[in-house]
Amino acid sequence: MTSVPAIQVEGLRKSFGKVVALDGLDLVGAEGRVLALLGPNGAGKTTLVRALATLLRPDAGRAVVLGHDVVADPLGVRREIGLAGQFAAVDEVMTGRENLIMVGRLYHLGRVESQRRAGEVLERFGLSDAADRRAGTYSGGMRRRLDLAATLVGRPRLIFLDEPTTGLDPRSRAQLWEMVEQLRDEGTSILLTTQYMDEADQLAQQIAVIDGGRIVAEGTASTLKERVGRSRLLVRLAERDRTEEARAALGALDGDGPPEILAPGELSLAMSADDLPARAVRALDRINAGIVGIEVRTPTLEEVFFALTGRRTDGERRTEEAA
Amino acid sequence: MTRVSPREALSDALVMAQRELGATLRKPALLVVSIVQPVMLLLIFRYVFGGAIRTPNGSYANYLLPAILVLTGIFGSLMTGIGISEDLAKGVVDRLRSLPMARAAPLVGRTLSDLVRNAVSLVVMLGVGYLVGFRPNQSIDRFLAAMALVLAFAYVFSWISATIGLLARDPETAQSLGFIWVFPLTFASSAFVPTHSMPAAIQAFAQVNPMTLSVDAVRALTVGGHATTPLLGSLAWFAALLLVFVPLAVSRYRALE
Ligand SMILES: Nc1ncnc2c1ncn2[C@@H]1O[C@H](COP(=O)(O)OP(=O)(O)OP(=O)(O)O)[C@@H](O)[C@H]1O
Ligand SMILES: [Mg+2]
Repeated sequence: MTSVPAIQVEGLRKSFGKVVALDGLDLVGAEGRVLALLGPNGAGKTTLVRALATLLRPDAGRAVVLGHDVVADPLGVRREIGLAGQFAAVDEVMTGRENLIMVGRLYHLGRVESQRRAGEVLERFGLSDAADRRAGTYSGGMRRRLDLAATLVGRPRLIFLDEPTTGLDPRSRAQLWEMVEQLRDEGTSILLTTQYMDEADQLAQQIAVIDGGRIVAEGTASTLKERVGRSRLLVRLAERDRTEEARAALGALDGDGPPEILAPGELSLAMSADDLPARAVRALDRINAGIVGIEVRTPTLEEVFFALTGRRTDGERRTEEAA
Repeated sequence: MTRVSPREALSDALVMAQRELGATLRKPALLVVSIVQPVMLLLIFRYVFGGAIRTPNGSYANYLLPAILVLTGIFGSLMTGIGISEDLAKGVVDRLRSLPMARAAPLVGRTLSDLVRNAVSLVVMLGVGYLVGFRPNQSIDRFLAAMALVLAFAYVFSWISATIGLLARDPETAQSLGFIWVFPLTFASSAFVPTHSMPAAIQAFAQVNPMTLSVDAVRALTVGGHATTPLLGSLAWFAALLLVFVPLAVSRYRALE
């Protein structure tokens, strides 16, 4: 079976007046995987999701979702997707169950099947107890879950989650991650947008970094980290006066460049091969250097993001302000 | 290009209407308000101004009530616009637009739910009308035709209201825009006073005003008078307004981003 990409975007453009939200964006996402769209406020994440979900018309370029062109065949797209927008779209006057039954009926599942399916997803999202309460009485986390549940009622092949965890407390966030992981493991294609590095890192098999309406970098978490700089091997010694000897021993290994002395008794060497740590341990043991610590440090996605966009993320700014 | 089948489209519209009516049952405040307004107008005109207004043949209650019935329908139809702008503001429209449903279904559903609510309000207003002295004296057929006309008038205005709701985009604006035109339309008509005492320019407007034509037709059908001319005039207006506002509202809805 040749698989159609879940999404295929070529030169997509969209402006709102003078604001260019999408600036010739290209992106391909494979079916059955989680693609995270990582970018700061105003990067164009929501605009891209809305264009793919047929909610807005691109000015130029092409977007194909599961083989259906979003402009030529929007209904074909809508039959196969589920959308949870940036702000939970639940009807507060209706109960959780009624919200889901309505969605099922609008997917044309039929009355009985819609009821059955609503019960199923409520159970799955831990909302059974609250199912017959008005959605207006739900907490923020429950609303998010209901919103996510609504995207699944029609058994879509692809779901869009626009900042699914923004504004959630750490517990609700962890719950939501778990649900996304489950879906991923069942083979549903997911496009999620996020401003959080750890979220992309945790959930996605493919990460596209978006900034200024374009994809500025793309790959897996580890390939992106590598683009910014290699992982480095850090070694800490018990005795500081063995530093020079240790440097010589490490220099004899085929590291990626010469070893660096970070502080007396602390050295680093750029990783060149996976067995470099083992060889380093052996080399240092031979001279009895007395290793007390050894680790491989990879750049964080925060660093990746900064290197790629020249901008800090909100998460980082917040931590700094708090410090 | 995939299309929604007519059966699916009908089912979509009914699902949307059902949602709306369910909401009304749970939050009846809006419905109550939309009934209280015409009741107040009724009481003010019947008891405050009524004594000073001389109307041709018959009681002022019989003159006034047909206008109040038509007005009740207009107030009821404002709910479509307010509801649509609420859905827009809350992101519900985004969810709906991402579903494989008929695109016009949310509009058709809302206008249909207005129709049902208006039928309920109408019964309530007839009861209140009876209490203040309204006594329909025509055949039952004519009476039912009058009620159908009131509901048809309201249904047409639901589409105007839908258009306003889509243009306004937030509920407060929709509410005020919805009301602005109701007053000139109502007061420059035969609703509360006969038009012959009005200045010539206003009289000319009042005589072609759909409000005048509908109220006159309802009057003739409930308490007697010549019905054909205002009835045909009303129907012509309804057709024209539907021809303009249904496509306008639907195309505005489709063009949403
Ligand atoms: N309807 C609109 N009208 C005018 N400008 C808009 C509209 N929608 C988006 N924009 C602008 O387009 C740009 C991209 O917005 P978008 O909402 O796609 O960003 P985002 O990445 O989702 O941001 P956030 O993280 O804040 O949700 C922003 O500059 C935004 O102000
Ligand atoms: Mg956004």
